[in-house]
Order: sequence, then structure tokens, then C-alpha cells
Amino acid sequence: MDFDLTEDQSLIRDQLNRLVTDRYGFEERRKYMKTAQGWSPAMWQAYAEMGLMALPFAEEHGGIGGGPVETMIVMEQLGGVLALEPYFTTVVLGGGFLRNGASPEQQAELIPGVADGSTRLAFAQTERGARYDLAHVATAATKSGSSWRISGAKSLVLHGDSADRFIVSARSGGKTTDEDGVGVFVVAANAKGVSVRGYPTQDGHRAAEVVFDGAEATHVLGDPGDGLPLIRRVVDGAIAALSAEAVGVMAAMRELTVDYLKVRKQFGVPIGHFQVLQHKAVDMFIATEQMRSIAMFATMMADSDDDRERARAMHAAKVELGRGGRLAGENAIQLHGGVGMTAELSISHYFKRIIMMNTLFGDADFHLRRLAATGGLFEAA
Amino acid sequence: MDLRYTPEEIAFRDEVRAFLNDNLDPKLRAKLATGDYPDKDDLVSWSRILNRKGWAVAHWPARYGGTGWDPMRQYIFLEETQRWPAPQPLAFGVNMVGPVIYSFGSTAQKERFLPRIANLDDWWCQGFSEPGAGSDLASLKTRAVRDGDHYIVNGQKTWTTLAQYADWIFCLVRTDADAKKQEGISFLLIDMKTPGIEVRPIVTMDGGREINEVFLTDVRVPVENLVGEENKGWDYAKFLLGNERTNIARIGWSKQRIARIRELAAQEMSSGRPLIEDERFREKLASIEIELKALELTQLRVVAADARRGNTGRPDPASSILKIKGSEIQQATTHLLMEVMGPYALPYLDHEHDGRNEPFDGPDYAANAAPHYFNYRKVSIYGGSNEIQKNIIAKAVLGL
Repeated sequence: MDFDLTEDQSLIRDQLNRLVTDRYGFEERRKYMKTAQGWSPAMWQAYAEMGLMALPFAEEHGGIGGGPVETMIVMEQLGGVLALEPYFTTVVLGGGFLRNGASPEQQAELIPGVADGSTRLAFAQTERGARYDLAHVATAATKSGSSWRISGAKSLVLHGDSADRFIVSARSGGKTTDEDGVGVFVVAANAKGVSVRGYPTQDGHRAAEVVFDGAEATHVLGDPGDGLPLIRRVVDGAIAALSAEAVGVMAAMRELTVDYLKVRKQFGVPIGHFQVLQHKAVDMFIATEQMRSIAMFATMMADSDDDRERARAMHAAKVELGRGGRLAGENAIQLHGGVGMTAELSISHYFKRIIMMNTLFGDADFHLRRLAATGGLFEAA
Repeated sequence: MDLRYTPEEIAFRDEVRAFLNDNLDPKLRAKLATGDYPDKDDLVSWSRILNRKGWAVAHWPARYGGTGWDPMRQYIFLEETQRWPAPQPLAFGVNMVGPVIYSFGSTAQKERFLPRIANLDDWWCQGFSEPGAGSDLASLKTRAVRDGDHYIVNGQKTWTTLAQYADWIFCLVRTDADAKKQEGISFLLIDMKTPGIEVRPIVTMDGGREINEVFLTDVRVPVENLVGEENKGWDYAKFLLGNERTNIARIGWSKQRIARIRELAAQEMSSGRPLIEDERFREKLASIEIELKALELTQLRVVAADARRGNTGRPDPASSILKIKGSEIQQATTHLLMEVMGPYALPYLDHEHDGRNEPFDGPDYAANAAPHYFNYRKVSIYGGSNEIQKNIIAKAVLGL
């Protein structure tokens, strides 16, 4: 067992850390956020030049051959500066579908564009009323000749208004919440019958309502009637990545807050002298370290072929993210006092991100229930 | 990064399991599995079995009888023995005074005491806390005054765990009343048979006779029993309290408790079905498991960092949370196990101590659930309360 990064991995971390330290200050982020697309094409280009988009893909497709550990490293760094670019949606989610669900021919066609940064992807999954149930898919996939046509309304499509292609879950058979009958399709954003309406989210990112009206799919990833295992697998990998992002967010909140405790004076002394505030800061530290540990566990399990064990790890990570993230975030605001309430300081933006991350792919209660139902973490112990 | 055990580590784990299987009396294992404590004879005989194998003081340097295992193997050994469960070595000798003696003691002290600690020939207890010196340990008042080649010790120690069995006590005593409070303290080894020592039990809320008061009245201690230098005892005490990073979280113990909760919750019925099928109950158990899983990884990060540094130098900052989280999780398991018993947590059995033995009709395994819950409130108090731990983290890690 070892927790060390390889030389190459350390290099990625250090390079990316330098890049975001130089170019992703809070004021710059504010500017990126205010643009129409809501993120920085220049940063996107810089990530691509560093090879971040190519990281998880095989070398034969223009990739670098990295794995979950590389994704963890990148996501933690991006979390540390609240980066807005659609890396998670394109490389982690979209890339996850291409790596795990696409045929060799499809991979050869689709991956190079993602790996070089020229193609952006988004995962069109959530529907009205689905809440966190991945099987809840009413959007229809209908075979028409040799092609599939997709019809239905997808909601909360993360970075949907920046995507060149959508990965869409759609039902080729069965009832709305059946485990069977769901397929995973690729639809071009500019295809006939696709309409996209983007909007900002609480955490400074963007999402979109995407309506498919008989839009033609360019690809089917895997079995059009048995795509749910693929979706679950990709979402599990996404949860591991979000866990790593949460570590970056929480560590930044801890650092900002402890710095503030050292400079803010009341009653003639820095408020960090007061024990009751110290203990709240320590609670943030503990929550962050526990999150770091469980994110490593999730990372280790992210590529596991054991569906059950992999899912359990992600349940655990998402519970820890929801609970520990909220504790750390609420303490961060409380310890900042009045200025913590303002939009001017970065701390409130970190807080909003960690709170909103709880809602992505199942909140703490949802995952705790799933974990409890599947026998817990130490069933075999 | 690879968080799986290596094939060598798995082979080692299997070797430990095989040893436990071949050498630990199944009756003792079964007794410990219920949560009962080993008695003195259990612990002595098991310590000697371990010592014959060369595993009694596994983490000590090899020249003092240690195994030379790397930190990961030491951790695996601990985890396996706790999960089995096997008796845990007497910490006061093996984990506390032993390392102080081999790090700061004289050659004569090393030769005299270390082999007897390993074989549990000497039962040690810890004389740190006093009625007026708890979290503020350095304010201790027990005095040692030099008189020729002896110190004359007067004072009172308290919360002295298992002093009723002890052959020796290691004490922090004040040898310079005029110095700053941390700088006038010395570390003395005192034979419990010395005239002037009186041990009085303190009954804890669970009915246990685990802790004691120790009164010292004109106790004559040979100067040769001073460890290291006079007035440097505080440094040795800090060393003692700070060098235990692999066991303080007691991950294996908590895993064993979780297995026990599962086992008993499958037997106890609630609304016509086993309690383990109750969704709310399962969620509570899963919540504990998540925290434990995270802490296990935190513990392993600390172990791996120790291994990388050769177990010297500053500990990984994450090590400071092991005590806090570990104790919280232990306490949560004792509470949940008590809940498993439902109303049968209520009856009190104390046949061992006050002669009453009035049995009730509930399951045998229910009797110790509430006492253990009550008893385990101690783990967030002893060894530096969790609030003191947070003060330490605030200062040492966060720089506040």
C-alpha cells in the first residue's frame, strides 16, 4: 500500500497548481463567470496544452493513459480555485462514457477531439421528477431505419450550453423507472430537433434545459436496451472526481478561514485567539482530512469492475461530501462573520459550490439510504 | 498511489491470522468478542505466548526485542489482533514506559526492565494525573525531595488504571518547586511494594473497578530509578503521549464492534423482523461505517508517511485527528450496541463485585451493553481530552 504520487503525477499536480495560481485568481474567475459561456476559453486552451483533456484516454486515441488518480489530482486543483470550465462534464462524464461504453471504432472517431480540447461534451440525464434516480428515464429512443431518434426533455444538463455533443440517456423499451430498456446515445448539439436553453447555477457554473424533438443520434454507446450499468459506472467515476474536487474546495475554505482568524481583530486581539473559534476551525480541518481520505478510497474504487463494491465506495464518499462539506462550509461562513455573507469575498463562493455539490448525483441522504440498503461498508468484515 | 495491500503484506496478514488461530484459546476469543475485558491471567498468559513468538513488543527497536516490522506491518498486526479479537498488550508497559526507558533510560534500567515488560513479568501503571492536575497536567504537585541516594515522594495520583495489579508505577513528580511548572518535573520509576504506597479503588459508573487513587506517603525511591535527567520529565511525558500514532484510533477494535452489532442486530427482533432489517437502524450503522472507513484511510496515510520518514521526525498533520475521530467512533459503536439490546439494556448485573447475582430472562449478551457504553465515555477524556486535542491541532497544525 502506498499513497505516493508517481513523478509524472506530481508533475501534473505542480504544473496545474502553477497555472491556476498564476491565472485563476478570484477576480479573474469573476470575469470568466460574467462572459456569455461562463468560463474561460483561454484557460480551456491552457488545460488542453497541458494535456489535461487527454489524461484519461488511451495513447492510441491521442490520450496519455492516466487513470482515476490523475483525475483526482486535476479535480482537486480545479476545486481549489473554483474553476468554471466544463472539464468535469467533458472529460470525466463524457470521457467516462467514451472510455467505458464506446466501441473501438467509436472511440477512434470521438476521443481524439475530446483529448485535444476541440470537442466539449455534456451528459443529458436528469428529467423532471427523476430526482436522483438514474433509472428514471422517460425520454424516448425510437429506431427509425438504421438510426435512432431521441425525443424528450432533459433538465439540469451541466454545461449543456457549452456542449458540442450530448451523451443522452433515452429509453428504447420498458416503463419510465425500469432498470432495463435504457440506452446511451450521442447527439450533436447542432442536430435538427435539439434546443438548448442555458442558465446560471447557484455555484457560478452553468446548466441547460435541453429538449430533443426527434433528434437523430450519431452513435449508440453499447446495448441500446441495457445502458444503465454503463451509466452507473460512469456516474460512480464522476462521484470519485467530485469527491476530489470537494477536497480542493474544503482545503481552500480551511486555509482562507484560518488566515482570516489570524488577521481579523476584535477585543484587541486576533479572533483566532478565542478557543471557541479555534475548535470550529479544527472541526473544519478534521472534516477536510476525512474527506481527503474517503476521496482516495473512492478514487481507488473508481475503475473497479465489482459494481457493488464500487457503488458502496461512492455512496460513502457522497455522504461524507454532503455532511463534511456542509459542516466545513457553514463553519467557514460563521467564522468570517459579516463579511462571510458578502458576494465580494471568495469564501461565500466556495461555500456555495460545496453546498451545491451535495445535489449532484445524489445527496447525502440518498447515498446513505443506498449504502444501508446494500449492506454497508464492512459487511464482510 | 495504490491502496491495496501488496502480496507480501497479504501474506503477512495471513501469517498473523494463522498464529492467532493456532495460539489463542478460543474461549478467551469468544469472551473478548462479547466485549468483556481480559482478566489479569488472560493478559499475562497471552503476553507470554506473544513474547515466545517474538511479537510482544513488535514496534520496539530490534535491539530491545522488537520485530523490525515496517509501520504497515505493525499496523496490520494491530488491526488483525483487534479484529480477532485477541487481548491487547498492557499499554502502560509496552506502549508507554517501555519506549521511554529505551529512549531515555540508563543501560541498567534497560536491562532490568525491558525484558520484564515484554514478558509481562512486571505489570506497570501510570502515575500522571492528580486530583488538581488533569488537562493541566504540568500543574502536578506530587513532590520528590532528594535525600542521599533516594528521593522521598509525597503526593497523590488518580485515575490510575489497573493499579490494583501493578508491580511498578511510572510517575511524574515535582523535583524543583521554584522552576517554571514544566521545568521542575522528573520521571520516576517506583516499585509498588515500597512502604508508603496505598491503592484505593474508584468505582466507575458502569460498576467497574478499573481505576484507582494512589497515595504516596514518604515513599523512598532509589535515585537509580530516575529516568534520564532530573527536571526533564516533562519532555519524556510529551514523548510518551505523542509517540503512539498507530494504535490510538483503534480501527480494528471498532471493526470488531461493528461486526458484533451486525451479529446481534440479526438476532434481536423489532416489529416482527430482525432489527438489522430496519432501515433507520441500518442507516445509523452505515453512518458509523463511513466515518470509520475514512478514518482507516487517514490512519493508513499516517502509517505510510511514518514509513516514508522511517518513523522519525514530525508526524503527518493528519495524525492529530486520530484520537478525536477514533474516540468518537468507538463511543458511537457502544451507543448503537446498547440500542440493539433495546429494553434489555436495562438490567444491571454485578455478580463479580458486590456479591449480587440476580439473573434476568433477557439474552446473556445484553448485560454488558450499557456498562460498556457508560465506560467508553472515558475514551474522549483520557490521554488528553478531545478538547485538549483540538487546542493542540489549533496551535500546532493551524498555527492559531
